[in-house]
Amino acid sequence: MTDGPTNFIETPFVRRKRRAESLAKWVFLAMSFAMVVPLLLILGFLVARAWPALSLDFLLDPPVRGMRAGGIWPALLGTIYLVVISLAVAAPIGILAAVYLNEYARDNWFNRLINLAVINLAGVPSIVHALFGLGAFVLAAGIGKSILAASLTLAVMTLPVIIASTREALASVPRSFREACWNVGATRWQTIRAVVLPNSISGILTGVILQVSRAAGETAPIMFTGALFFKAVDRGDLFAYGLLEQCMALSMHLYVIATQVPGVPEAVPYATAVVLLGAVLLVNATAIAVRVYMRSRKKW
Amino acid sequence: MTEIPPMPAAGNVAAPVPRAPGRPRWAVVGERLLEWIIRLCGISAILFVLGIFYFVFAKAAPILLDKEFSLTEFLFSTKWYPTSEINVRYGTLALTVGTLAVTLLAMLIAVPFGLGAAIFVSEFCGPRLKETLKIVIELLAAIPSVVWGFIGLSVMKTVIEKTTGAPVGVNVLNGGIILALMSVPIIVSISEDALKAVPDSYREAGIALGATRWQLVYKVLLPAAKTGLLAAVLLGVGRAIGETMAVLMATGHAVNVPTSVLDPVRTLTATIAAELGEAPEGSNHYRVLFLIGVLLFTITFVINLAADLVIRGIRRK
Repeated sequence: MTDGPTNFIETPFVRRKRRAESLAKWVFLAMSFAMVVPLLLILGFLVARAWPALSLDFLLDPPVRGMRAGGIWPALLGTIYLVVISLAVAAPIGILAAVYLNEYARDNWFNRLINLAVINLAGVPSIVHALFGLGAFVLAAGIGKSILAASLTLAVMTLPVIIASTREALASVPRSFREACWNVGATRWQTIRAVVLPNSISGILTGVILQVSRAAGETAPIMFTGALFFKAVDRGDLFAYGLLEQCMALSMHLYVIATQVPGVPEAVPYATAVVLLGAVLLVNATAIAVRVYMRSRKKW
Repeated sequence: MTEIPPMPAAGNVAAPVPRAPGRPRWAVVGERLLEWIIRLCGISAILFVLGIFYFVFAKAAPILLDKEFSLTEFLFSTKWYPTSEINVRYGTLALTVGTLAVTLLAMLIAVPFGLGAAIFVSEFCGPRLKETLKIVIELLAAIPSVVWGFIGLSVMKTVIEKTTGAPVGVNVLNGGIILALMSVPIIVSISEDALKAVPDSYREAGIALGATRWQLVYKVLLPAAKTGLLAAVLLGVGRAIGETMAVLMATGHAVNVPTSVLDPVRTLTATIAAELGEAPEGSNHYRVLFLIGVLLFTITFVINLAADLVIRGIRRK
């Protein structure tokens, strides 16, 4: 707008205005990049420090010598168990809850209350979720500290992630699609199954992927509900944990070797952090890729 | 451009329930059943929120009946000696002040940068850069809190010790910077939504009067979007208060009312995370930690409620 050719006489007022404009633009640009650039530097630094320790053996070996050497296999495996089980619990409940909120709920006080509950569930501090998991699943339900109790805690915590993105996906399906289906005599559920869910699958998938990334990174909720400092597991053993046993987890392992174990060689915690970070960012990048791809071939 | 009226939610339309003549009975019954399951999942969020409050409060409640325990001391005393043999004291004021100090510093950094970035993304940059920045911000939000804590403990600690000469690099400053980076994404995304919600006619009117984009931002958009921006800040505060692992690792772990940003502190969340493992189940110490959980739940509940009311107020307008 202000960059075009000017064919009027520039008054000091206009010049000042123009200068303020370009100054503002650069300041805001700098502010945006002030968050991004140091972060990239830090990530680069982490990878550089981690580099000597990173190898396939690091992923597949169990830790040895009091977690001062070896790899991270038991922690990696534990995180996979926790994520898969929490996903199996949270995905159906979350998707159906979103279906209820978008397809069945009328705009009344009760459903506003549900909305408020979803928002608050997302805002509850992770350590309070840990207390809840300890009180409800470990003690009251009598499951004990275990993979199951930790996964259920993670599932409750990550439910809002799935509800929010599934809901957004359902809401983006045009009303006319539903009306067309109703008009050929389908019931509400038949319409949802045949028209609404297939047309919003990419958004639902994004929500599910984001849940995975969130669950994989959390530490506090699993600390007192099922995560363990150390457990001996054979190299590459896929079935090391039972559902009612405690397990190691990647996030917990990073916390432990960074703060609780003295004398860990420097590269090991860096490498653990890089593996955790890499896994989470990879999962998120997948969600973004799914979204971009699906948006590019959206039919309406 | 004409405003398209918002579409009513599908639920507001009277449900067409045709009775298909040839449908088998099991299909009809099955569908009923399924719809009840969907309703149950729908209210699950309420059940979980109530459940969280109930289970955390139930574990904390016995301490409130204890004659030795005083709620005033719990809230307003700075003496936190939970494991002392002779003089057990459960005062959380120092922890609350620690939480507030770190949160305040984080917001002092995150609010200007977050708003600046939101303004840049929404008003000043082209579509390609906008997409890229939004993706980067989304990835920033995905970094696990334990990794942030580790960054604080390894990178920031050294940087702070070298630049300020502080004896310990894990302190309010460290935690504040880490928390700022963690809460910037939510501030950016909610603020950007708020700016996007300002009708284009406002912008067009401003441009027609010869305003530059900067004048448009500070004379038209900021006043018009101020409640949405307030909600963004509130949600950022909520995020910062509730954060656990990052502050546990980056703030230095000393129960202390800070007098400068280079003092180590400990927050409410970090105290629970650090001490719950050692407190014997059912002891007073254990119950007090659950009571801190109730306190945190209440604080974040109020903040989220406020943010929601603010956002709802905008939508109604």
